[in-house]
Amino acid sequence: MKPDQPELLNQIVALLQTIAPELEAETLSAGRPLRQQVDLDSMDWLNFLIGVHQRFKIDIPEADYAQLISVNDVVDYVSARLT
Amino acid sequence: MRTVIDFRLPSLGADMDEGTLLSWLVKPGDSVKRGQVVAVVDTSKAAVDVEIWHDGVVSELRVEPGTKVPVGTLLATLLEPDEVGETKPAPAALAAPTVRPAVSPSARQRARELGVDPNAVHGTGVQGSVTRSDIEAAAQALPRATLDLATTHPSAPTAAGGRANAMRGAIAAAMSRSKREIPHYYLSDSIPMASALAWLQQRNQDLPVTRRILSAALLLKAVALALQRTPQLNGFFRDGAFHPSSNVHIGVAIALRGGGLVAPAIHAVETLSLAELMVALSDLVRRARAGSLRSSEMSDPSITVTNLGEQSAEAVFGIIYPPQVALVGFGSLAARPWVDQGELRAMPLITATLSADHRVSDGHQGALFLLELRDLLQQPQTLADTGARPSTQEEQEP
Repeated sequence: MKPDQPELLNQIVALLQTIAPELEAETLSAGRPLRQQVDLDSMDWLNFLIGVHQRFKIDIPEADYAQLISVNDVVDYVSARLT
Repeated sequence: MRTVIDFRLPSLGADMDEGTLLSWLVKPGDSVKRGQVVAVVDTSKAAVDVEIWHDGVVSELRVEPGTKVPVGTLLATLLEPDEVGETKPAPAALAAPTVRPAVSPSARQRARELGVDPNAVHGTGVQGSVTRSDIEAAAQALPRATLDLATTHPSAPTAAGGRANAMRGAIAAAMSRSKREIPHYYLSDSIPMASALAWLQQRNQDLPVTRRILSAALLLKAVALALQRTPQLNGFFRDGAFHPSSNVHIGVAIALRGGGLVAPAIHAVETLSLAELMVALSDLVRRARAGSLRSSEMSDPSITVTNLGEQSAEAVFGIIYPPQVALVGFGSLAARPWVDQGELRAMPLITATLSADHRVSDGHQGALFLLELRDLLQQPQTLADTGARPSTQEEQEP
C-alpha cells in the first residue's frame, strides 16, 4: 500500500537523520532548500538519494536532481513514483 | 631464543601525541596478520582502529583499556609466527577481522558521558549502527553503581564540548607548528570544468544512483596523476630532508558534522579506477563520520586535498599538514565569466590552489603541477583510463 504524504515525510526525514544525526524533524522547514538547511555536501546528498532509492525502490536519474530542492519536493517526487 | 616484536602506539597524525586505549580486539595467544585491527584508540579527533604492522602471535598486552598513553608507548609484545613452534593458529584467528558496528559521533560522545561501552551496545540504526538512543537505552540498563563510577572516571571528559575543544586544540597545535616550520608559498589557477562535467553527466546518466561518480573523485584522480610529473609535492619532510613517496596517498579533508575535520588517506590513488576511487571515497567519508578510521589511514597521507564543495567559497589556501609538503585546495564549482577564443562566456570553473613547502619545491614546479592538473581535467576520458589496472569491469557491468 502506498504511504500517505505525512508518513512519507516521516520516512524521508528518518533517512536524512541517518546522514545528519543532529537533525530534528520539528526544525526542518518543508519549503526551504534542503541541502542548505541540513548542510549536505555532494557526498551526503548522494548517500541520501541512495537511501531513498533503496527504501522506496525508485530510480532517481541525475537529470532530476534539479527538481529536488526542498524536503516537500522530495516527498512529492517519491509519491508520484510509488504505485 | 624467540624474537619478541614490540607493538607501540603509532603516530596517528601530526596533531596527535597521545591516545586513550579504548579496547583490545585480540588476546594473548591470538595469531595476527599484518594490517589486522587489534585495538581501538581514542585520539582527540576520533576513535581509530589501530592495525598491527607485523604478523605474529600476541604474547602480552601491556596497556589496560582506559589508559591514556603517549605515542610510542609499548602496547603489546608479539612473537614471530614461525617461532611459536607447533602451535596451530586457532580457527578464530582465521576468521575475518572483527567488524565493529558503526557508532555515530554523537552516540559515541553520549556513550562517554554515560559511561557506556558503545561497542557492546546492540545497534538499531541503519545497518546495525549504534544511535544516540541505543546508548541511552543501554545506560538505563546499567547498574547504577557502574554508571556513577564510569561518569566520575577522571579520564572521561564530562562536558559535552570536551571533544570539540580537544579537537580544536589539536588542529590548532598542528597548524601552528606548520606555520612556524614550513615556508609556505601559494599558487592559484582557474580550471574550466565544462568537459569534465559533460563527461560525468554522460557517464552517470544511465547508472543507478549507487554507482554514480562525483566530480570530487575525478578531481582526486587528476591530482594523483598530475603529481607523478611533480614528485617534489608528494612525500614527507623528515629530519631535515625530503623523502618522496612512491605512491600518491591522498589525505582527504573531511568535515565532521558538529565541527572539526580529519584528513585520512586513500592509498595509491593513481592505481585506482574512478569507480574504485568513488567507492573508497564514499567509504572513507562514512567511516570518518562514524568514527571508525584505521591507523594506516591516519598516519601516512603523502599530500592533502581539501575540496570545499558546492555552495561554498571560491578558493581555499590551505595550511600544509606536517610532515607533508603540499596541500591542494578546490573551491566551489560554479559558472563564472571566461574568455574562450576571444569570446566572453559563462563557463563552469573551479579554482584550484596549491600550498607548497619552499624547502622542497618552488613556484615554477608548483605552477607546472597546476598546469598539468588543468590539462588532465580537459580530457576526462583519458583521466579515467590512465593508471587504473587494465580491468574494464566497471564498463561491463549492466
